[in-house]
Amino acid sequence: MYELIVIGGGPAGLAAACEAWDAGLRRILIVERDKTLGGILNQCIHNGFGLTYFKEELTGPEYAHRFTQLLAKTGVEVRTDTMVLRITPDRRVHMTGPSCGYRIEEASSVILAMGCRERTRGAIGVPGARPAGVFTAGAAQRYVNVEGWMPGKRVVILGSGDIGLIMARRMTLEGAKVLACVEVMPYSGGLTRNIVQCLEDYKIPLYLSHTVTDVLGRDRVEKVIVSRVDENRRPIPGTEMEFACDTLLLSVGLIPENELTAAAGIRMDPRTKGAAVYENMETSLPGVFACGNVAHVHDLVDYVTRESQRAGAAAARFVLNGPAAGEEIPVENGPGVSYTVPQRVRPENVDKSLGIFFRVNRIFGRSRICVEAEGREVCGFDRERMAPGEMESVTVPKKLLAGVKGGLTVSVREVEK
Amino acid sequence: MRELVCIVCPRGCHLKIDDSLNVTGNACPRGEAYARAETTHPTRVVTSTVRLVGGQIPRLPVKTGAPVPKELIGSVMAELSRVTVTAPVKVGDVVISDVLGTGADVVATREIPETVKI
Ligand SMILES: Cc1cc2nc3c(=O)[nH]c(=O)nc-3n(C[C@H](O)[C@H](O)[C@H](O)COP(=O)(O)OP(=O)(O)OC[C@H]3O[C@@H](n4cnc5c(N)ncnc54)[C@H](O)[C@@H]3O)c2cc1C
Ligand code: SF4
Repeated sequence: MYELIVIGGGPAGLAAACEAWDAGLRRILIVERDKTLGGILNQCIHNGFGLTYFKEELTGPEYAHRFTQLLAKTGVEVRTDTMVLRITPDRRVHMTGPSCGYRIEEASSVILAMGCRERTRGAIGVPGARPAGVFTAGAAQRYVNVEGWMPGKRVVILGSGDIGLIMARRMTLEGAKVLACVEVMPYSGGLTRNIVQCLEDYKIPLYLSHTVTDVLGRDRVEKVIVSRVDENRRPIPGTEMEFACDTLLLSVGLIPENELTAAAGIRMDPRTKGAAVYENMETSLPGVFACGNVAHVHDLVDYVTRESQRAGAAAARFVLNGPAAGEEIPVENGPGVSYTVPQRVRPENVDKSLGIFFRVNRIFGRSRICVEAEGREVCGFDRERMAPGEMESVTVPKKLLAGVKGGLTVSVREVEK
Repeated sequence: MRELVCIVCPRGCHLKIDDSLNVTGNACPRGEAYARAETTHPTRVVTSTVRLVGGQIPRLPVKTGAPVPKELIGSVMAELSRVTVTAPVKVGDVVISDVLGTGADVVATREIPETVKI
């Protein structure tokens, strides 16, 4: 019997386990299906991690290393090469791996930290032939950075999410020719800094409001056709461009990996595709928490760490002090906002302040973020610029939540200069 | 007057720099330094991998310990392609010291234990 089982040993799982240890839990197990800890960070060999958390610019493996070192100082047990197959509402965790066989472990609390996976060609319905040479960008990243294979020589990238941008530079540095990065939306899905240092530095053209409308080739990709799209994202006939290439990389979004969560009957949020969570990252199943990319897709690992520490501390409190109490109110997205995390709040259970993560649904210039209750502004925050590709967060002091009934709404509106 | 996006941190401030190197639009001093460097002698940290033997994986991730001139990125990559490292490796181990006379060392960014041979 464990006090806490953490599923997934990426940055979310590592931070949650360390925090729970510091908060007093002593029987903690991390279960990781890969051979090593660190999750997706092991293949993100570029720098840009840890700027807000460590105030240093680290690469992905270095960031993971910081936490595996912290973990080594604790007595947290780690089982790698072991896959969790099922969790039950009474917190039994079914797992299988070479060291433990098929095994069911009981836990007083569980933290879900399984991360996310990439959307594939099927998920977005790219038309055309089915030759070899079409990869998700993250799979290509693993081939190049960890396993030492080059997926191709002439590359087109569909989607301008961060992974696609990072891979445009990476493939170029390794000698491939990246012909274009194609984005269906009128703006990029990635961080502006990545547009600058991954595309502009290497003069790789970015085609906004364009998409891949055909893939040609028998055994291997031979060319792709790219067309401009209208405001309803429908290809405009007559705008076709042809790119002779052998590889198409897809960077078209991530989906939280929640088969275990849904099968356990945990309430999901269709907007985040993760579990709906309370202020302390607890799901609808008491004692089961979710954090990191499995809860909602993050672009910065620093936020993953903070959120996961919140989950780790809350799991310890659940085990040591019992379930959280108090009335609950919903947090909803108003105009300009596409989702919020958490989705529900128990004001009594908020520590000093309530952190709310959200994304805007279009590009905003100078604007104001309003947190409202029953039409009254509880607090507001000013921003110079916001984009859907960059997660936002605001912090509401606990004292402002006193007397709030009915729920909170987060909305964004542009303000005149 | 030149406009550029600061790449020092994810906030990505939109900077303006004039001919006498006055910077505006930066939310912190690092942006000012970046804009000056970018207009006079742009530099980048290079991250890549080198061949690795004796570990569980065949590539070792590395980075330049300091930014190097942008025009040298290709030459740094060529230097990296000539290197083979043998496990065990610790984070920060120097793989190439003072690469191309830039003053920057190329260092390992991942710990790789030696694989036990059976
Ligand atoms: C390509 C790419 C580039 C990025 N670039 C940056 C950047 O420049 N700066 C930055 O700050 N952030 C960046 N990020 C974001 C950041 O790295 C991620 O948000 C963060 O790694 C998410 O952490 P996680 O622990 O939630 O998920 P992951 O790192 O994905 O870890 C989840 C772990 O759970 C394990 N797992 C899943 N299911 C099971 C199961 N059933 N049983 C056992 N184990 C399981 C997986 O094997 C994995 O190890 C980038 C992300 C990607 C993908
Ligand atoms: S100016 Fe400062 S805050 Fe703005 S992007 Fe650059 S480093 Fe970040």
